[in-house]
Amino acid sequence: MSEELLKEMAQSIIDGDSDKSVELAQKAIDLKMHPLEAITKGFVVGVNYIGDQFGKGEAFLPELVMAGEAMKAAVATLDPELRKLGSEREIMGRVVLATVEGDIHEIGKTLVGTMLSASGFEVHDIGVDAPADKIIGKALEVNANIIGMSALLTTTMVRQREVIDELEKEGLRGKFKVIVGGAPITREWYEKIKADGYSEDAIGAVKLAKELLGKG
Amino acid sequence: MSKNIKSISNPKLKLEILTTEEVRKIHDATLWIIENVGVRFPSKRALEIWASNGAIVDYDKKIVRAKPNLIEDALKKCPPKYILAARDPQQDCSLDGNHVYLGTDGCGVEVIDMETGQKRTSKLGDVADISRLADATEEVGFHWVPVSAQDVPVEARGLHEVKTIWENSTKHVQTESIYNADEAKAAIEMAALIAGGRDKLRERPVLSLMQCTAPPLGHDGGSLDAALLAAEVGIPTGFMTMAACLTTGPATLAGNLAVGNAEVIAATAMLQLAHPGTPVFYAAAQTASDLRTGAYTGGGPEDFLFGAATNVLSDFYNIPLSMGAFATGAKEPNWQAGLEGAMSSFMASVVMSDMLLGCGFLHGSRIWSYAEMMMDCEIFSIMHKVMQGIVVDEETLALDAIAAVGPGGHYLAQKHTRKHMKEIFLPEFMDRRPYGEWETKKDDARDWALAKARKRLKEHKPDPLDPKISAEMARIIKSVEK
Repeated sequence: MSEELLKEMAQSIIDGDSDKSVELAQKAIDLKMHPLEAITKGFVVGVNYIGDQFGKGEAFLPELVMAGEAMKAAVATLDPELRKLGSEREIMGRVVLATVEGDIHEIGKTLVGTMLSASGFEVHDIGVDAPADKIIGKALEVNANIIGMSALLTTTMVRQREVIDELEKEGLRGKFKVIVGGAPITREWYEKIKADGYSEDAIGAVKLAKELLGKG
Repeated sequence: MSKNIKSISNPKLKLEILTTEEVRKIHDATLWIIENVGVRFPSKRALEIWASNGAIVDYDKKIVRAKPNLIEDALKKCPPKYILAARDPQQDCSLDGNHVYLGTDGCGVEVIDMETGQKRTSKLGDVADISRLADATEEVGFHWVPVSAQDVPVEARGLHEVKTIWENSTKHVQTESIYNADEAKAAIEMAALIAGGRDKLRERPVLSLMQCTAPPLGHDGGSLDAALLAAEVGIPTGFMTMAACLTTGPATLAGNLAVGNAEVIAATAMLQLAHPGTPVFYAAAQTASDLRTGAYTGGGPEDFLFGAATNVLSDFYNIPLSMGAFATGAKEPNWQAGLEGAMSSFMASVVMSDMLLGCGFLHGSRIWSYAEMMMDCEIFSIMHKVMQGIVVDEETLALDAIAAVGPGGHYLAQKHTRKHMKEIFLPEFMDRRPYGEWETKKDDARDWALAKARKRLKEHKPDPLDPKISAEMARIIKSVEK
């Protein structure tokens, strides 16, 4: 019976069906299945399958994104139960993502967030036009491991440096790994501002995040 | 050095890509989007304009929804044609639907250094060099700010950039890197110095502005404010959508066109509501994101299709079009660069897009390459030739010559041949040498293009800008930097 349910859970992720995954998550709770079992033996199996297919070039970004959303929805349903049982889901790390102040472009950042989430990171995306203190404040609040900043314009990417300088000033630089991205970001830039890394796309960002936290 | 600007005109080729009914459907879909889904205008001034004209404004989300007749009536006020003025009137660009002009692309962040061949961060000096080279290049009709002057503080960077171009070229300057009110005000002042007064700008718009939208269905606040200021004095302004299938636009091309169209015509209508009759243009560089990574690609069949389809839309609205062309995603001037340059420029040219943006870049409009610029320009020249089509008349049927030569023999010594031989295209960068010659040297288009750029840059002296105007511009910039 539970075997069947676990298979359905995996399939709901593969199908990118958030409604189904939520329904199955609730069913697991009703049947008193341990939420961690539902996650690791059910839903994550689906995530891994899609990830595998994606790596082989047989599944594409929209499928990965939809799988990620379905996963997120399932986890959100199971979270309260998890906490009730005093358990915690094993996560890769906590990431705060933002597009810097004065910049409203976010598709790249959103993709990075989705990929990180689908890879087991806890992602706090604070959106666009985010001033330095809001970014740093959120990172402190959630006890983040990584701060990721995006910028599309050469005139706003300078804010990435400002955030790093602010962290230095407050003696917090060592607390977080800082990664940057966006169309105008180059190796020269990230080295100049002494960020911990940069990526040209979302896939690279996940790899980078894992490496930086020693999970690569 | 000829001051002539090459443009494609009176094309003999025609391409049918969208029927009248299909354009109507896209337009109707666009109006539905604007009325029911809305477009975001994160600018106080913009929202005021919309509200005072009867649109529904959600001040919280900054989303505007407007009825079809508000949009359509406003768009009717757009002037169908006007000029982009140059410091040298001989180089004015006539946006009348019968000219295709090539611009330098922008705004890159790195340059392949001409001397070292290494990639490095872009500086103001590069803006000077590139615009000076463009000044000397017949295929370039007007400028965009080619690369970001990253060695200059951000506050007035856009102003340094346009000043530098004016100092290095007499051709028209269009900027895509002025997107806030302060810089826009100063740029208008600077343009007025060249035009001979603020009130002369409408007649002689030596500056035009391009603003990017924020797809899907959004805008940047600073961009809107800058555009409104430009519209007030009659400086031509256009909004460019780069909606990308899969990510910032629907996966289907028609849907992507509709989303981008909503962004562009809503903002264009807003400019007309604020300043009726102000010169505007449609701008677009739609694309499809890469299926595997979501990356910006810089080219592909979808881009080529958009390149032709968009002009059908802008013709429907009867306004000039600035269309993305060239701007390959290739990292080097190679097969991909040639393919993307040729197909994109063909599609945009055959439908008579008024402005093509633009030549000179690798890696999705990020890395300036002097060799690529020259090669893009040759592709444009080839398109120019192709658009002339095949003329069939008594002279070109050449029956006298054919009779004279008879069966066998050749045409090389015919007067008719000598009369018309210069019509045959003579490429600079296509390799037509004997194989053996290539084998010994192994050089190719990239080497020759770079050599040409180098030579031209060394020799070309543009008509200098009046030093008094330069000094006044510098003063204006300083006051913004304070």
